[in-house]
Amino acid sequence: MPFSVLLLVLTGLAVISYRFGTARARAVAPGRQSQLHSRPMYHGLYAAIWCGVPALLIATLWVAFQPLLVKGLVMGGLPDSYQALPTARLNLVWNDIRNLAIGDVVRSEPAPEIQAAADTFHRLYAIGNGALALLCLALAIGGASFALRRVSLTLRARNQVERVITVFLIASSMVAILTTVGIVLSLMFESLRFFTKVPPLDFLFGLHWSPQTALRADQVGSSGSFGAVPLFTGTLLISLIAMCVAVPVGLMSAIYMSEYAHRKFRAVAKPMLEILAGIPTVVYGFFAALTVAPFIRRFGEGMGLSVASESALAAGLVMGVMIIPFVSSISDDVINAVPQAMRDGAYALGATKSETIRNVIVPAALPGIVGGVLLAVSRAIGETMIVVMAAGLAANLTFNPLDAVTTVTVQIVTLLTGDQEFDSAKTLAAFALGLVLFCVTLALNVFALHVVRKYREQYE
Amino acid sequence: MSEMTVEPGQGGARTRALVAAGIGRRYRAERRFRLFGLVAIVSALVFMALLFASIIGKGYTAFVQTEIRLPISYDVAVIDPDGVRDAAEMRRANYGKLYRDGIQSLFPTVESRNDRRLLNGLVSSGATFEIRDAVISSPDLIGKKAEIWVPASDDVDMLVKGRVDRNEPEGTRRVTDKEIAWVDALQKDGRLESRFNWRFFTQGDSREPELAGIWGAVAGSFLTMLVTLVLSFPLGVATAVYLEEFAPKNRWTDVIEVNINNLAAIPSIVFGLLGLAVFLQFFGLPRSAPLVGGLVLTLMTLPTIIIAARVSLKSVPPSIREAALGLGASKMQMVTNDVLPLAMPGILTGTIIGMGRALGETAPLLMIGMVAFIVDIPHGFTDPATALPVQIYIWADSAERAFVERTSAAIMVLLAFLIVMNAAAVILRSRFERRW
Repeated sequence: MPFSVLLLVLTGLAVISYRFGTARARAVAPGRQSQLHSRPMYHGLYAAIWCGVPALLIATLWVAFQPLLVKGLVMGGLPDSYQALPTARLNLVWNDIRNLAIGDVVRSEPAPEIQAAADTFHRLYAIGNGALALLCLALAIGGASFALRRVSLTLRARNQVERVITVFLIASSMVAILTTVGIVLSLMFESLRFFTKVPPLDFLFGLHWSPQTALRADQVGSSGSFGAVPLFTGTLLISLIAMCVAVPVGLMSAIYMSEYAHRKFRAVAKPMLEILAGIPTVVYGFFAALTVAPFIRRFGEGMGLSVASESALAAGLVMGVMIIPFVSSISDDVINAVPQAMRDGAYALGATKSETIRNVIVPAALPGIVGGVLLAVSRAIGETMIVVMAAGLAANLTFNPLDAVTTVTVQIVTLLTGDQEFDSAKTLAAFALGLVLFCVTLALNVFALHVVRKYREQYE
Repeated sequence: MSEMTVEPGQGGARTRALVAAGIGRRYRAERRFRLFGLVAIVSALVFMALLFASIIGKGYTAFVQTEIRLPISYDVAVIDPDGVRDAAEMRRANYGKLYRDGIQSLFPTVESRNDRRLLNGLVSSGATFEIRDAVISSPDLIGKKAEIWVPASDDVDMLVKGRVDRNEPEGTRRVTDKEIAWVDALQKDGRLESRFNWRFFTQGDSREPELAGIWGAVAGSFLTMLVTLVLSFPLGVATAVYLEEFAPKNRWTDVIEVNINNLAAIPSIVFGLLGLAVFLQFFGLPRSAPLVGGLVLTLMTLPTIIIAARVSLKSVPPSIREAALGLGASKMQMVTNDVLPLAMPGILTGTIIGMGRALGETAPLLMIGMVAFIVDIPHGFTDPATALPVQIYIWADSAERAFVERTSAAIMVLLAFLIVMNAAAVILRSRFERRW
């Protein structure tokens, strides 16, 4: 029975048990409703939980781990000649078996061992699914009848139901922790495998990046080189350009909005600026690659400069525009947090509005603004689609904004899209880059949030 | 000491003079500063206007498609030589010959092999399938003659839409002089027409721009979003309720809070790496599947929903809680019966905004293989699929000139979805949000 049908059946059973539960609770105490410890609804929920939750838990675990188990059993059943193959080849064999079993097209006539393994695969899945369905139904019916038998005047159904809900709430809040743990573990694990092939120092401080590893050992350039410095400088260059656009424009518009603008102007302009933040990055990327980059190229050539068609400037400019609303909304917050008394004091001394802003408000708000800018930097570093579409692939070690540079995120995408084998240094390098990206953005965020919080406390 | 005892009138006069001398400069600085602020806002808005104008200008033509009216003779000898009307047999017939004969018959003077091939190229190869489907669905066409509309090739389409510069020298142009002459002749005969491009909204991806549509991507996005919504909404609300209403204030709760704030700021591509390593490699879920895409986007959207839901729960005044508890409700009853319903508009608004962000997200989906070239429309959560923003990325990478307008049109569709979602959020907020 397919998983979705199983889910539907379980849901149906749970609804039925709810009905029975409430009905039984009413029947237990005809005319004496007030003597029930819990209202009939809770008895129904109690039955439904006993019916659905254990079966659902088992089913989820089963579905998550069945593929692993089946793979182990099928691969273990292969003859020794296959067991001796290297992991990469073994993975190909596994793919063949799976495709054969699912009924996909296989390139050639399968070897008898593979065919046998595919049959085993099929049989194991059939057994597994059948057993799962039986087990789940048994659990559901057993649980429901257990719960229904316990319905009585004194059953503390509400407390039990609430306890289950509390457990669900706590478990949900664990998901966030699990996500972080998952990210750290997966990045660490794959990066460690990468660092057994490429020394960490070569990776972090090497000046040459060309991740192409040859298929055969005797090919030219068989050893890819993984010096990530050109990627780091490229990322920094583009982020710097983006900041040069976003910080002045974002900050000035925040100042204008909060200090000068008429209420009506603000009511129109502010949501308009927020639209910039809602546009998907792939749209910015398309615009950067098809409109801004050719424009800059033509403009530069008109002035006699040689501009790469995928210049860092185009990507950086557009990324800067994307970040404007981010900078401006954070600056707006911190500027509004500056106490009115400080403004009034400056006005009383005869300062003009702009003098007050430049000499009093901005210095007072500076820690908050810096924190906001750091958050924006971390966003620029992690931004992917704009640079994938508008920045180049060539890892040039340069600070010329008219040249093509590449970034960490671009390389992660190019290394991981297309054919991947999970053991080559090329694929693993993406995870090492991901680890660097994660660490840098995390550090920036923690520091920036700390600064912003300190700043808020100062004026509270 | 002497300066302090200067008579007030004298010192005041000097100060006043100084101030008066500087006041013009200071007022000019003030106006300049004000202007900078205005310029900043206006330049950002101008950039946005340029962006929209460029995309609409490039893309609006994609909603119509040039079609050619061809005389087709449904020849029995080609379609069904055995005369048994066997559908499977008829599917294999050479329908390409029918439309090629059709266009040749319009230009009987074209003789040489190369020219004929060029002439055939005016019609999209998709005409084959349209003629086939027409025949299969109504077999009584066989043996008759009819005039039907079939899509023109992307080059003809671009020429008719004025995207090909006729003054360019022939060598650098994608369309030759001969083709231009034929297209002009067809146009004069009234055999060329721009019609509403229904293929764009009903077809999957294709290598031929004139046949490529977004329906496959929209279906993929829909399935992905469904998974995301079903998982992230309950999980997000549950987490927010726990942290706001039940969690004891201790170290552990602090860890969770800091954790959620940091997750919200992690680059989306890192979530893609997580999905690749955990869901694909460890759990062995299928590549390119909306299920995996939905899981990854769930993890990414959760922090947004949690933060919005917490703000919303916080805004419910404590008096409501106290009143519920005072009437004898348990803490859980207070939350489910009183606090949550009042906080729900805010939570839903946050959820819609989070879903909007997830809908536009591309990078993590690239990592889990949703970037493959997929023609079929996905029907289930484990079918290979792509998503709307990824489709935009794929088309933006294609070389054909005609894909530029498709990409822009797909962007317009994506933006339309986002506008609808955000408008819903705004309406929800203004209708149901209560200020206490």
